[in-house]
Amino acid sequence: MDMRLAPHAIAMSAQEFLAWSRDLMEQLMQASGGKKAVDKITAPIWSWALRNANYPLHFGIACCALEMAAASGSRFDAERLGMIFRSSPRQTDVLLINGWVTAKLRPDLRRLYEQMAEPHWVVAMGECAISGGPWYDSYNTVQGVDTFIPVDVYIPGCPPRPEAMIDGFMKLHKKINKEMKGTFLED
Amino acid sequence: MAQREGLGPGGKTGEVIAQALIEQFPEYIKIKKATHNRVYAMVDKTAWLKVATYMKDKFEFDHVTAVSGVDWLEEKKMWVVSHITSYSNQVTAEIIVELPRDKPEIDSVSNLWGGANWHERETYDMFGIIFLGHPRMERILTPEGTDYFPYRKDFVGGRRV
Amino acid sequence: MAEMWLNMGPQHPMTHGLWNLRVKIDGETIVEAEPVVGYLHRGWEKIAENRMYPQIIPLADRLCYGASMSWEHLYCNTIEDMMELEVPDRAKYIRSIVLEAQRIGSHLMWLAALGTDLGSYTIFLYSVRERELFLDLMQNLCGARLTYNYCRIGGVRNDVPANFERDFDRVLTHFEKKMSGLEALMDQSTVFRMRMEDVGYISGEQARNLGVTGPNLRGSGVEYDVRKDDPYEAYADLDFQVCYENEGDAFARYRVRMDEMYESCKIIRQAIKQMPKGPYRLKPPRTAEKGKSGWAHVEDPRGEGFMYAIGNGTDRPYRLKVRSPIFVTVSAAPVMLVGYKVADVPAIMGSVDMCLGETDR
Repeated sequence: MDMRLAPHAIAMSAQEFLAWSRDLMEQLMQASGGKKAVDKITAPIWSWALRNANYPLHFGIACCALEMAAASGSRFDAERLGMIFRSSPRQTDVLLINGWVTAKLRPDLRRLYEQMAEPHWVVAMGECAISGGPWYDSYNTVQGVDTFIPVDVYIPGCPPRPEAMIDGFMKLHKKINKEMKGTFLED
Repeated sequence: MAQREGLGPGGKTGEVIAQALIEQFPEYIKIKKATHNRVYAMVDKTAWLKVATYMKDKFEFDHVTAVSGVDWLEEKKMWVVSHITSYSNQVTAEIIVELPRDKPEIDSVSNLWGGANWHERETYDMFGIIFLGHPRMERILTPEGTDYFPYRKDFVGGRRV
Repeated sequence: MAEMWLNMGPQHPMTHGLWNLRVKIDGETIVEAEPVVGYLHRGWEKIAENRMYPQIIPLADRLCYGASMSWEHLYCNTIEDMMELEVPDRAKYIRSIVLEAQRIGSHLMWLAALGTDLGSYTIFLYSVRERELFLDLMQNLCGARLTYNYCRIGGVRNDVPANFERDFDRVLTHFEKKMSGLEALMDQSTVFRMRMEDVGYISGEQARNLGVTGPNLRGSGVEYDVRKDDPYEAYADLDFQVCYENEGDAFARYRVRMDEMYESCKIIRQAIKQMPKGPYRLKPPRTAEKGKSGWAHVEDPRGEGFMYAIGNGTDRPYRLKVRSPIFVTVSAAPVMLVGYKVADVPAIMGSVDMCLGETDR
C-alpha cells in the first residue's frame, strides 16, 4: 500500500480503494513484528491441540494391523493419547500404513493420502511398509511406502509390539511440536 | 454326540475306490498308491471330466480341497493336481492330469463342484492353464493389466513395481 | 427402482483385511455381489520357492496372521509328510496344546472384529483383553506375540517353560469364568440377536458343494471336522466334541465358534495331563528328493487348511501350494448375501471370519 496516494484516497472508486488498502493490516503487522509475535504464541497452542488429538485412519492392511488393534485395547490403550480411529479419510490426521503395499493397492493408498486434509502425517509401521520386509523379491509388492508417499515416522518391527507403536506416535508428537508453524504459517 | 448323517465311514475305503476306478476306466487311469483313506492317481486329460463325474456320483466325492498347477519347464509339461475329498467315506484322492506346456487346456469341473471355481481361476492366473467351460476365466489375484503368468518357471521373480 | 453397484472397500471400517465387496443394490436390497480380492497378493508360493525349508516357517506365519501357529504347523506337517518323518510324541502333544490356544486366540480376535462391525466397542474391548492373556502364554513359550516361528520340521523349537501347567490352568480358569459373562452380553442382547439371526443363510448342501469348511460349514449342520475325521498330531487320543448348529445363519456360525472355545479349553486341559516325557524335536534331512511330494490338511480356526509340496533335490521346494479356507468361503459369499440389506453385510461377513492374508497369499 502506497502512502503517497493517501491524499487521493477520497477520490478513489470502491474497487480501487479495496485494491489499495488490502495489504494494510498485513504490512503493519509485518513491520511492527506483530506477525512474528502471534506466530510465537500460537504455534505451541496449535501443536498441543494437534498432537494430543491425532486421529489415525481406520485402515488395517496386514499383520501389523492386529498389533494396532491390540494397541487400542485396554492393556496398551492408545486412546489415552488422543488416538481415536476414524473411518473417513477426511476426518483424520495420520495415515498409519501397517502392512505390505501391492501394486493393486498403491493408487488407492495415494488417493487416501491426498484425501486427508492438511496438516497430515504418515507413519510407516512394520518392515513391509518401511522397505518391503520379507517380501523383498516379490513381483507385486512395493519396496517401501516412501517411494510414493512422504513418510514422517518409521516404526521398525515385524510386527512391532503395541508399545513400540505407541512409542512411534510419541516420536510423531515430538516432530509435530518441533515443526509446528503458528497462525500465519510463516517461520 | 449327535448322529452324523451322511458323514462317517461309508464303508468304501480308498482301496475299494481305486479298484472301481481301474475297472471303470482301464486305459485312462493309473493308480500310484491307495490306502484306506488316500488314493493317488494319474488321469488322462481326455477322461478327466468323466472320471470326476463318476467319482462324484458313485463315491460321494463332494468337496474339492484344492486344484493347483505345477510347471515342469524342462519336461515341457504342466500338471493340474486336484485333491478331492469324500466326507462320507473319509477318503481324499490326489489326481494329477498332465498337459502339454505349449497348449495347457483342460476341462473345468466348476459345474460339478462350485468349490473348484476360484481355484481354477487362480490356476489360470498363475500358470496360464485354461479351463474349458469355466463360467468366468479371468484373472483374480494379480492386478488388471498383468500380462505374465507369475508362477511359471520361466518367469523370474524379483522386484517389478 | 434403479439398481446401482456399490463399492464396499478396500478402505471400509468393516473390511477385516483388504478386499473389495461390490454389491449391486436395488434400493437397500442386495441383488448381486462380487468379491474382489488381490489387494494383498505377494506371490507367496513363488517366494517360497526361493527359500530353504526352515526359512519358509516365518513366511508361513504371515500367511494368516490371526492364526499363525496353525499355518506354521500345517507347513511343518506337509514337509514331514514329504520327507516321511515321524514327530516325537511329546512334540505332538505340545503342538496340540499350542494349536488349541491359538484357536482360542483367533476366535477372540474374530469376536473383537465382529463387535466392531456391529458397532459394539464393548465386545471388542473385552475380547482383546482376554486375548492378551493367551498372547502372554505364547510369549512365555516362544517369545513372540503374533508371529511365533515356533514349530520346526520334526518337532518344536524348545520345550515348555517352567510353570507351564500352572500358567495355563490359571488362564483357562479365568477365561472360562469370563466367557460366560461375555456370552451373556451377546446372547441375551436383543439387538445382537436381531442383527445376526436369519441373515446370511447358506444351506448345508450349498456349503458342501461350494467348498466351505470349518465353523462356516458346521453352522449349517454338516459335522465335518478334520480333527475328528482325519486326526493329526495328538487329536486321536483326546476326547472332545464337534460343535455344530443347524440353522445356517450368521447366529449359528457365531454359536459354533463360541462353543469351540469351550471345547478347546477342555482339549488343552486333557493334553497337559496326558503329555508324555521325551524328546521334542527331530533333526530333519536338509534336502528332499526330486519329484517327491507330500501334503497335509488341518483344521485351521477358519476351515480346512491344506498345503501340497513337491521337492526339488535341493534344500528348496519346487512347488508349494497353499489352500486357504477363506479363499473358497469368500467365493461363496454371494450366496450368503443376496436378498439381504446392505446394512446386514457387516454382520454376515463378520460371522464368516475373514482373514485376507491367506486369501491373497
